[in-house]
Amino acid sequence: MRPELIKEVKYVPYSGNMAAAEAMRQINPDVVAAYPITPQTELMQFFADFVANGLVDTEYIPVESEHSAMSACVGAAAAGSRAMTATAGPGLAYMWEVLGIASGMRLPIVMTVVNRALSAPINIHGDQSDMMGARDQGWIMLFSENAEEQYDNLIQAIKIAEDERTRLPVMVGMDGFVISHAIERVRLLPDKAVEEFIGEPKLMYPLLDVDNPVTHGPVAMTDSYMEFKRQQREAMMNAYKVIREVGEAFEEAFGKKYEHIETYKTEDADYILIIIGSTAGTAKYVIDKLRDEKGIKVGLIKIRTYRPFPYYDVMDAIEASNCKAVGVFDRAETFGAVGGPLYSDVATAMYLRNKHYPIVSFIYGLGGRDTNVHHIEEAIDKVMQAAAGKEVPFINYLNLNE
Amino acid sequence: MAEIKTAEIKVPPLKKLTNYPEKLAPGHRLCAGCGASIIIRQMFMVANALGYELIIANATGCVEVCTSIYPYTSWRSPWIHNAFENAAATISGVEAAYKALKRKGKLPTDKKVKFVALGGDGGTYDIGFQSLSGALERGHDFIYVCYDNEAYMNTGIQRSSATPKYANTTTQPVGSESLGKPQHKKWMPEVAAAHGIPYVAQVAPSHWKDFMEKFKKALLTKGPSYINAFAVCPRGWRSKEEEGILVTKMAVETNYWPLFEVENGKWRITHRPKNPKPIEEYLKLQGRFKHLFKPENQDKIKELQEEVNRRWEWLNKMEEISNREE
Repeated sequence: MRPELIKEVKYVPYSGNMAAAEAMRQINPDVVAAYPITPQTELMQFFADFVANGLVDTEYIPVESEHSAMSACVGAAAAGSRAMTATAGPGLAYMWEVLGIASGMRLPIVMTVVNRALSAPINIHGDQSDMMGARDQGWIMLFSENAEEQYDNLIQAIKIAEDERTRLPVMVGMDGFVISHAIERVRLLPDKAVEEFIGEPKLMYPLLDVDNPVTHGPVAMTDSYMEFKRQQREAMMNAYKVIREVGEAFEEAFGKKYEHIETYKTEDADYILIIIGSTAGTAKYVIDKLRDEKGIKVGLIKIRTYRPFPYYDVMDAIEASNCKAVGVFDRAETFGAVGGPLYSDVATAMYLRNKHYPIVSFIYGLGGRDTNVHHIEEAIDKVMQAAAGKEVPFINYLNLNE
Repeated sequence: MAEIKTAEIKVPPLKKLTNYPEKLAPGHRLCAGCGASIIIRQMFMVANALGYELIIANATGCVEVCTSIYPYTSWRSPWIHNAFENAAATISGVEAAYKALKRKGKLPTDKKVKFVALGGDGGTYDIGFQSLSGALERGHDFIYVCYDNEAYMNTGIQRSSATPKYANTTTQPVGSESLGKPQHKKWMPEVAAAHGIPYVAQVAPSHWKDFMEKFKKALLTKGPSYINAFAVCPRGWRSKEEEGILVTKMAVETNYWPLFEVENGKWRITHRPKNPKPIEEYLKLQGRFKHLFKPENQDKIKELQEEVNRRWEWLNKMEEISNREE
């Protein structure tokens, strides 16, 4: 950051929704098309206020559904503009068809997902079933642990999406209510610094160039469809590199490190927990507590980049520790499959390195169910039992009444 | 609402119109005798003559599938396909991007562009209805053009809410216990007009001067317009390829497909057949109504005639009421 801008850095008490809206104000996208849904509604309201008071130059489309929100973003991005939106739970589910179109058409749309449970039964509270259900739709997926990370991740997401090596949409998730509505200390960067960091959007075949008409979204028959999909995989592999580079650039500019994963006290850990989102914060507290009180060495791997999944980063961290067993925490179900979605990814990571650590799968926090300190302690106890060769149930539900 | 001053702007004569370069390239895969391609070409003729570039969002359907098979394209105009049900939402995004970029001085100012969403009756009357209604209500500056061939023709003649009563379709076929579709067609332009948008019109490519005049008005309208275009489908209707325009003419001359417009709330029937022909004259040209000509089904033809009369009378009333001097 330029020295004259440093004094403009602010520390504010913001909720996740406020932080995300503030990032959007500073990004100042050309088009925002969004539909309100709990717990994202507030975010949209904050942004609508910015529009109503002329604080952004955005063309704001209050659409009649999430399906249309993503459809309008596809149109806006193909047109050659910077397009953003935000949604939650069922809203993301309703977008599902168009999510794949956005990534298939290689459009750099950036979206906040305030993670919410899916129906039925209907439930407005936090869990990650929404993004997990959309994980094969070709979007880059980042998760934030807290409000400030949501803010930082959104700013980085613009650069990640628009890089010529990726040209893929990015969704950034934060846990509903616990992050979206809770007030925390957030570091805000100066407007000018954000503007300089994200730069001007790079146009690729804009629809609005009437002198060079382009056909977007054609039919691909059996002779070409697979090649399109193969290119998408290539772009996603490139994203692994691009996310890291953008994280490095962010650190250089703003002094805060962002990697695919964050490790917490893993170096000397005997037991490793792997968690996505806000519960990582609780886990860090429990790790400190156990180390202080009982001398039990637990470490944490927090997944920031979920797609592309950082297999090697996870394994490097596990192998560099004294790991005897791993506890994988999923805030989503995968009915009829082994463990939760994160479990499958971690198991795959081990297979890729030909390593076989005992893994205990935990399903937690569905529909906003609390996960407190003692629930994580209970989980760590199970991981320790597994490490000691004792029989432990394969799938464990935390804070379940049964 | 502001008066649209369109009278001074004239559509040039046909001879001149045909001299403009074709924006829908030949070689597309639409069937012989398809009405949709004629509609698109007539649309481009007016746009060309008035100096507009059309930016098109096309719903999934016959036109989309037949004009954009990678690596080929028939479109010499900017064109985007997103999905089946979201052409109107897609064009909303394109139009919003245009407004934002224009405001920021990032687009040339000397171009006249108009945004068009194009869909069949499936993408318009049915699955795309919500998206269309939303875009009309929000007031985007665009023209929605529905090429109405009265069923899901792209996938093989499945019924839609635009399919007329007693038509034979593959999802409500004629059988020993069925006479085809049990319901009448949805009155879609009337539904569009109920949004209170500045311009709505129903057109038929057989009456091309009327078509062009209406498309011109839509082009010059600031805000949303809806155009419902009769699109003959020889495959789906079991009509003769070479009789497409005859079938279209007959739809108009029987009052099955009334030509009308709603301009700033004023309804106007733009073509009144001197001696409207009985509905049989239209039905008999198409195999989809063949079963109605069995002696035992005569009352069904009468029923269709009554529906034609009902809508015609309704339109006449709307014209009278909306133009009444207070």
